[in-house]
Amino acid sequence: MLSLEEIHRLARLARLELSVAEADDMRAQINGILAMVDEMRAVDTTGVAPMSHPQEVTQRLREDRVTETDQRELFHSLAPEVEDGLYLVPKVIE
Amino acid sequence: MHNATLTELSRRLHAKEVSSVEVAGYFLERIRAASTQLNAFITVDEEKTLAQARVADARIAQGGAHRLAGIPIAHKDLFCAKGWRTTCGSKILENFVAPYDAHVIERFNAAGAVILGKTNMDEFAMGSSNENSYFGPVKNPWDTRAVPGGSSGGSAAAVASRIAPAATGTDTGGSIRQPASFTGVSGLRPTYGRVSRYGMVAFASSLDQAGALAKSAEDLAMMLDVMAGFDARDSTCMERPKDDYVGGLARGVKGLRIGVPREYFSKDLARDVGEPILAAIDAYRRQGAAVVEVSLPNQHLSVPAYYVLAPAEASSNLARYDGVRYGHRAAEYGDLLDMYCKTRAQGFGAEAKRRILIGTYVLSHGYYDAYYLKAQQIRRLIARDFSEAFKACDVIMGPAAPCVAYDIGAKITDCVQMYLDDLYTIPINLAGLPGMSIPCGFGDRARPVGLQIVGNYWSEALMLSVAHAYQQATDWHTRMPAAFA
Amino acid sequence: MNWEVVIGLETHAQLTTASKIFSGASTRFGASPNTQVSAIDLAMPGTLPVLNKGAVERAIRFGLAVGGTIAPLSAFERKNYFYPDLPKGYQISQYVQPVVTGGGLAIVVGDKDGFVPLTRAHLEEDAGKLLHDAVAGRSGVDLNRAGTPLLEIVTEPAMRSAAEAVAYAKALHSLVRWIGICDGNMQEGSFRCDANVSVRRRGDPLGTRCEIKNLNSFRFLEKAIEFEVRRQVELIGDGGRVVQETRLFDPDRGETRPMRSKEDAQDYRYFPDPDLLPVAIAPQWIEEVRRSMPALPEALRRDFLGYGMSPYDAALLTESREKAEFFRASLAATKISQPVSLAHWVNGEMSALLNERNLDFAASPVAPRDFARLHDRVQDSTLSSKAAKEVLHAMTAGEGDPDAIIERKGLRQISDSGALEEAVREALAANPKLVEDYRAGKEKAFNALVGQVMKATKGKGNPQEVSRILRERLAS
Repeated sequence: MLSLEEIHRLARLARLELSVAEADDMRAQINGILAMVDEMRAVDTTGVAPMSHPQEVTQRLREDRVTETDQRELFHSLAPEVEDGLYLVPKVIE
Repeated sequence: MHNATLTELSRRLHAKEVSSVEVAGYFLERIRAASTQLNAFITVDEEKTLAQARVADARIAQGGAHRLAGIPIAHKDLFCAKGWRTTCGSKILENFVAPYDAHVIERFNAAGAVILGKTNMDEFAMGSSNENSYFGPVKNPWDTRAVPGGSSGGSAAAVASRIAPAATGTDTGGSIRQPASFTGVSGLRPTYGRVSRYGMVAFASSLDQAGALAKSAEDLAMMLDVMAGFDARDSTCMERPKDDYVGGLARGVKGLRIGVPREYFSKDLARDVGEPILAAIDAYRRQGAAVVEVSLPNQHLSVPAYYVLAPAEASSNLARYDGVRYGHRAAEYGDLLDMYCKTRAQGFGAEAKRRILIGTYVLSHGYYDAYYLKAQQIRRLIARDFSEAFKACDVIMGPAAPCVAYDIGAKITDCVQMYLDDLYTIPINLAGLPGMSIPCGFGDRARPVGLQIVGNYWSEALMLSVAHAYQQATDWHTRMPAAFA
Repeated sequence: MNWEVVIGLETHAQLTTASKIFSGASTRFGASPNTQVSAIDLAMPGTLPVLNKGAVERAIRFGLAVGGTIAPLSAFERKNYFYPDLPKGYQISQYVQPVVTGGGLAIVVGDKDGFVPLTRAHLEEDAGKLLHDAVAGRSGVDLNRAGTPLLEIVTEPAMRSAAEAVAYAKALHSLVRWIGICDGNMQEGSFRCDANVSVRRRGDPLGTRCEIKNLNSFRFLEKAIEFEVRRQVELIGDGGRVVQETRLFDPDRGETRPMRSKEDAQDYRYFPDPDLLPVAIAPQWIEEVRRSMPALPEALRRDFLGYGMSPYDAALLTESREKAEFFRASLAATKISQPVSLAHWVNGEMSALLNERNLDFAASPVAPRDFARLHDRVQDSTLSSKAAKEVLHAMTAGEGDPDAIIERKGLRQISDSGALEEAVREALAANPKLVEDYRAGKEKAFNALVGQVMKATKGKGNPQEVSRILRERLAS
């Protein structure tokens, strides 16, 4: 069972601001979902290979060629804040 | 005209009995008339649609145009279409105008089909009732108190109400088949890897697959013929030739082995759904098919496994919506962290947030093995169940949903119950198999029931012919809600 | 107190592909911001990655060069974290199954040979760049670099001093350029080192480590490690404890300090990228790459040691592939084979001349064939060392082949004993005092007499010949 504190930790990891009321609701719902998920956790899966992809195939590789052209103007028309060709964000301190 | 099949529309367009501009105008008018009742579309852009229709008319006039040329198709609002707003049902993409075309859109454009509009959907395809759209719930044309199912609820409602000749959809855990079942239309989710995911906004990448909703298996065959095919831009799109979906429709079901999983007809299945399903299977038997019992012993684990895997992938897929390069950004914020947290809190709805948090949890340090890895192992068991079952049968049949469409608001407070309702559709996604739902009758309150047909990998042509055989013998698929006749 | 320093390095080498690792955008350095950014690099909704074959091929090349194991099947994972230079909110990297595991690099510290074992080398995508105060109070994001292929090369915590770490970094820097997978340009950020540093009292288990970032020169690497070791030793000495953290090296202050942006406890939530499939590397592909590989520095170094040269010279010659190739080509072209002397000339005068002109051996204005001929002229006593240097300068300045320069400048050394004997006779006659001093046992007087002869021959007398004749005469 997740505590409220854990909900807040997850929310921060996921960059989601949660109000106190929201966090309470989320906690109840997520614990409900995890309880449902527990049925799966009880199954013995020793020796079963995890399945990441529906098809058992390997990656195709792309030839190393430049195929893209500059579309900055188009892409920047979609951006919340740009200046001098840069996307702007609040000042970051490293 | 609104009841015409794609074949019929195509014939009339190519015979120049009607123009694409007229057809598009006709459906745009129907969309307008139904918009407040159904809320099936998020974006309609008459000018764009009519401009494309004019181009289609010119192509048809030149001769040799594709059979879908000039036919307006509605697209689920998670397919990027250049110049079209593509919202994915979310506030975070409310004003996002796609700068490029999805592969699926490219294929329809190349065929000369016309974009009729972008259909409503659960936010980021997360939901089974279409109540999770930022743009409001979609209503079921059969009874506007009822949900249309989800997440391709807008597409399903549009086809069911005949305000669109056909529509695209996507199916991650049943998002084509369940709304098809709830609205009495035919829906096909192809094998994972059959249709390129390029340009399709991702929910859970290893489960998402594009498909279609239409009035019949024959129409679906025409849709799949356009959508299927190799695309190098999607590494998970398989390099294999498509089959002749339309030409193979009439092969019949004599000698077909239909597997019916013994786990399907349990207490979870409502009686009013079970009866039409059994009747449909009986109809197949009368046409010469053999019915065999098969078993999917791990099917009850599919919903739990899915609610680990899908949220995990989603939590990562949705990290890109951060208000930096496109999409919503909070109007007021302090530092960078605050901008992220406020932007995402405002931009995502409750269901998306819930899944992001679950996904974050199951991937986080110390929980990965117990949840994510475990779910991947369960996924393997479920896929094996199917390969065992397909040794004894050619297709598997059963319900697409355990109940008929329920009323809007009826299940919204109990998300776990709503998740569990997807028990018939989710195993197919986990295995990566193709699945369909076709109308096979009505249940309580005259709400439609869908028969699910599951095929082995890459067997869409067979499945379509199986569905077609049923639709040649019955008329459930031609029924439409009286309010929209 | 007896402290032991434990250092492991993580190096990010940008690979020399034309296009990005998962998109067809260019990787060229220095373009106007955000002009080499595709929809994929921007993480536009619905975009998907497709792996660049050239990046995998370079990783294989590296694996072969360090004697590592190339995984027949490797996989890509997502490393999830939020940062404005990371458009997808995750970095596609390799975690469980990297392309390369194991292997190592030979290093030379002073005159001691060493070996640094590698843990792994994996492929990943680079992030974009943040420009601070691009606009007042804002940070700017340039995503041109986002998606550039990187090979992250991780050592075991096997180094015990800053000097060893620098020797390793230099050997690695030389190797990646040698095999052509990275241009090694540290100013442009093509080769970046992070150092994991911890200290312990000898015999104790490993101490808590700090990761130091922003080490974009060998000097900074050395200074940062030295500072960090002092800091940790003092901290523990004062009864404190080292906190595991990421620190940034500030070159202006010569200090490390904790990174604000890494203060959050990191939980990267790695999981297999569902958009990418496992990468199969067939034995045939590995063989193909192996056949295309140049001779490796370590093999050449051993060959060179076999010629009898010092470990120092052998190491210096194998600093770069171009230099080693220059040496090998010159050696092959010499008529009088004296590899030890030739190595001195390549490492000494030739390197110095190129340095002055900011050129590397690939761009040498002196062809190995001409260089070999010049060296032959020293060996056959046509030239004195001093004159040879003059000729080399002239060759570097493009004044023609060595023989022509020797003739034009009249630098041919006088080894003809008739001419030299005459000069010696005159010198002895003109300097009776020096002869007397020599005979009285003053060795210095001998050198002075040699000087007199050299002066008389305008420096062209073969010094060995002059000494021989002088001794002969003085003995009679």
